[in-house]
Amino acid sequence: MSQISTMASVSPAPTGAAVEPRGPRPKPFFTPRKIIIYSILVMFSLYYLFPLYVMFTTSLKTMPEIRFGNIFSLPTAPSFDAWVKAWTSACTGLTCEGLAPGFWNSVKITIPSTIISIFIAAVNGYALINWRFKGSEIFFAILIFGSFIPYQVFLYPLVMITREMGIFGSLQAVIIVHTVFGMPILTLLFRNYFASLPQELFKAARVDGAGFWRIFFEIMLPMSLPIFVVALILQVTGIWNDFLFGVVFAGTQNYPMTVQLNNIVNSAQGTPEYNVNMAATVLTGLVPLAVYFVSGKWFVRGVAAGAVKG
Amino acid sequence: MQNSVSIRDLSLNFGSVKVLQHLDLDIAQGEFIVLLGPSGCGKSTLLNCIAGLLDVSDGQIFIGGKNVTWLEPKDRGIGMVFQSYALYPQMTVERNLSFGLRVAGMKKDEVERRVARAAEILQIEPLLDRKPANLSGGQRQRVAIGRALVRDVDVFLFDEPLSNLDAKLRSDLRVEIKRLHHRLKNTMIYVTHDQIEALTLADRIAVMKNGVIQQLSDPHTIYNKPVNLYVAGFIGSPQMNMFEGTLEGTTFTTADGTVVSVDTYDFAAPSNGPIQAVLGVRPEHIALGEAAAAMPFSIDAEIEIVEPMGSDTLAWTKIGNKAVTFRCDSDVVIETGQMVRIGFDPARGSIFSAETTNRL
Repeated sequence: MSQISTMASVSPAPTGAAVEPRGPRPKPFFTPRKIIIYSILVMFSLYYLFPLYVMFTTSLKTMPEIRFGNIFSLPTAPSFDAWVKAWTSACTGLTCEGLAPGFWNSVKITIPSTIISIFIAAVNGYALINWRFKGSEIFFAILIFGSFIPYQVFLYPLVMITREMGIFGSLQAVIIVHTVFGMPILTLLFRNYFASLPQELFKAARVDGAGFWRIFFEIMLPMSLPIFVVALILQVTGIWNDFLFGVVFAGTQNYPMTVQLNNIVNSAQGTPEYNVNMAATVLTGLVPLAVYFVSGKWFVRGVAAGAVKG
Repeated sequence: MQNSVSIRDLSLNFGSVKVLQHLDLDIAQGEFIVLLGPSGCGKSTLLNCIAGLLDVSDGQIFIGGKNVTWLEPKDRGIGMVFQSYALYPQMTVERNLSFGLRVAGMKKDEVERRVARAAEILQIEPLLDRKPANLSGGQRQRVAIGRALVRDVDVFLFDEPLSNLDAKLRSDLRVEIKRLHHRLKNTMIYVTHDQIEALTLADRIAVMKNGVIQQLSDPHTIYNKPVNLYVAGFIGSPQMNMFEGTLEGTTFTTADGTVVSVDTYDFAAPSNGPIQAVLGVRPEHIALGEAAAAMPFSIDAEIEIVEPMGSDTLAWTKIGNKAVTFRCDSDVVIETGQMVRIGFDPARGSIFSAETTNRL
């Protein structure tokens, strides 16, 4: 008996097979599962990081070095000249003031649009869940349906509406358009988030005598930080990256950064300055990039919180 | 005496679903009423209607003699305690307690006075600066009760306040709620599905089913003289033993032929011809051994299973083919397979018509 058992324990694996199992089970590092997961993750990160690498290195090179053609090589003498030019003196159409005015235009568009759209959507979501009125479900359905209609369909009517309002080609026009188009998805987000909060809290506040706004500001808002962060990220990146509404509604003096970037990159005169183009592109993308980096953790958490309940 | 809360012909429909049907209920000043029933019977809905959190489809609600059917919750003179506590998570206990008073625009020193009084009554003074997340379940529920307390209202509404607590805390807080009621003498309406809470706390219990009050009576009557089969089956654990059979005059014959003379039973209305009936006997009303032999009905039976509960012992046996449980003292030695004499007095039982399910 003892002979058999010794043989059985020795034969399959000589190292450590005789160890009596005890405590936590050892977890080998290289399992097929882990290898597959990590190789896929690495592949995808390379796929997204390579363009960023090329853009960044190119922007630090001089034009002669770029013409040499080796786009993956590191710059021999890194210089930020192209960045300075892109920010201050690159030609965007007729003027040659760089991206700086476009940056400030984008700020002027993004901040009010984000604040107004999030505020209205939060109130919408709160009212749809907690103050159900006759037809509130239908109202919500129509609102969601709005998010399935392509932007192009709205474009011409919106141009006419803003023209009739006398604000076409102004900051107000873009801000209003962004607010309107943010409404369906943001309302859905807030509605679902408020639906996940316990109804009894709302009831308790009503018994305590608080009204619509009081409950909203003192009970609901302090509990809604995660979903506000999500909405903030969605809106800031969405509005910052917008091109279409900016070019149509803002008017030439208010063109956002994206439109001016396009004007720099697609300028027909002279030889294309790739280093300046790359620098301008990275500059334009910095804001959304920063937003994601700072709030990535919150974003995932908030999306999970808002999306689960329908 | 004027009624504290009166409900007149109250109905509530959600679409085509009738949750409450023509419900009438009068609650006296200072009375402790428990609405008892399984989930979905409409008891919480009724409480929400009284609180004004749900609009009624028909009928009227009076609180303190005033018609409050169309009034906002805050104007009804009620305080409410919820199952999930519903404390405002971002506010300290003190802010939680004072929220309603601050909303009402009450003077600061009066707010402080009332919060201090509620905290003293509920013994939560050391917790005033904490956030709800840092409180235990029992402490949270105390704060929730405090929030109703500071409002200085006539009527307290409890919506399953103890259901989220563990068994030990539940029985502790149950006693505390009873003590609170003795001290404050407010009208209290308490919703629960726990019959022990109902029986221990209530002045009167309203047993509900499908939006209709089946029986409204004091706990003793509810337990000993249930008006129908539903109430008899719902109250009592383990359940009342139910024998199906025929009743002719004062002779009850079970389905498998056991004859029980029920002439000691106090019939509400004497019945004549043979009718289908159900005889119900509570497990603790079945006697064992010598005591059984003295009962108007007794029979020999074999013990099948014995469940010692500590305070007493439950035994399972059979009369005819019908499984029967009975309760006996925990010191009595009985074993599986043992033949015993068991018996009961039909006077302490209940007889229901099988057709109408009502008590005879």
